[in-house]
Amino acid sequence: MSTENASASVLSAARPNGAGAAAILAAGIGAFLMAVFAILADQSAAIKGLMIFWKPTGPLSGVTTCAIVLWIAAWAILHARWRNRSVALSRVNAVAFTLLILGLLLTFPPIADLF
Amino acid sequence: MEITARSLWALIHGMGFGALYLLAGSGALVELYRRYCTHNQALPSERDERFLRIYLVAMAALAWLAVLTGAYIIYPWYRAVPPPGTASLAAFPQRMLMASPTTSGWHSIGMEWKEHVAWIAPISITMAAAVALQYGRNLKNHPQLRAAVLVFVWTSLLAAGVAGFFGAMINKNAPVEGGPVIHIVQGEQK
Repeated sequence: MSTENASASVLSAARPNGAGAAAILAAGIGAFLMAVFAILADQSAAIKGLMIFWKPTGPLSGVTTCAIVLWIAAWAILHARWRNRSVALSRVNAVAFTLLILGLLLTFPPIADLF
Repeated sequence: MEITARSLWALIHGMGFGALYLLAGSGALVELYRRYCTHNQALPSERDERFLRIYLVAMAALAWLAVLTGAYIIYPWYRAVPPPGTASLAAFPQRMLMASPTTSGWHSIGMEWKEHVAWIAPISITMAAAVALQYGRNLKNHPQLRAAVLVFVWTSLLAAGVAGFFGAMINKNAPVEGGPVIHIVQGEQK
């Protein structure tokens, strides 16, 4: 098969974007949840105590574990729902980028301390 | 010439996994840009595509190794609480930083940001690697997927850069030291 034919066959067989959209939105959710759990553990002594999954690392162990477990769970759920269809990716990207930027900003202590 | 076990782990975490990740991240951005953001209409070869997949998976592995060694090996030494009556805080970096107003910001802003923002790097790059694995050359058909991958790779690099910068500065002001001493090589006698 010539290179042009190979290119044409790949280009004509576009996969639905749902699986990629699920990964993108879940990553945004994961980044945002990291900041949310960090703020919760910082602001509430009770939650801080609950977040100590491994004493030497302290609340960071629970904050990161919870965020990662929920990120993977969100990814699995979204993937199961979207993998065989195409979704409005511009909207998904907009939400994911917003969550990602919020995640970056809300982990910055002077901003996190506003809550 | 010798090094303590804790210093060696800090080196593996920061210079080994962290710095290598930053280097790899800049390479990934160049490759993704060259492949998808230029006017190059040709599909990448299967060999090129396989290389990019392996590259992104290796980056994801580096990012996870960096945050896991940081959180579960280095950080417990960093935040260790000195027993009452301890005269020297040299083995307790967090307390050492917080003991002086000129260095406390390295903990209250630097470490407090680094310990959380660093995790955005593996989350972002894992997503990028997963999309590359799932779509391969078909990414050429999905400009918005490619845009998202680029944004997340940029962000992972930013998050890793913040973590790397503060890690280096914190270790400069209050190095993680202690543990068994490893003799690397015998120096010349004067």
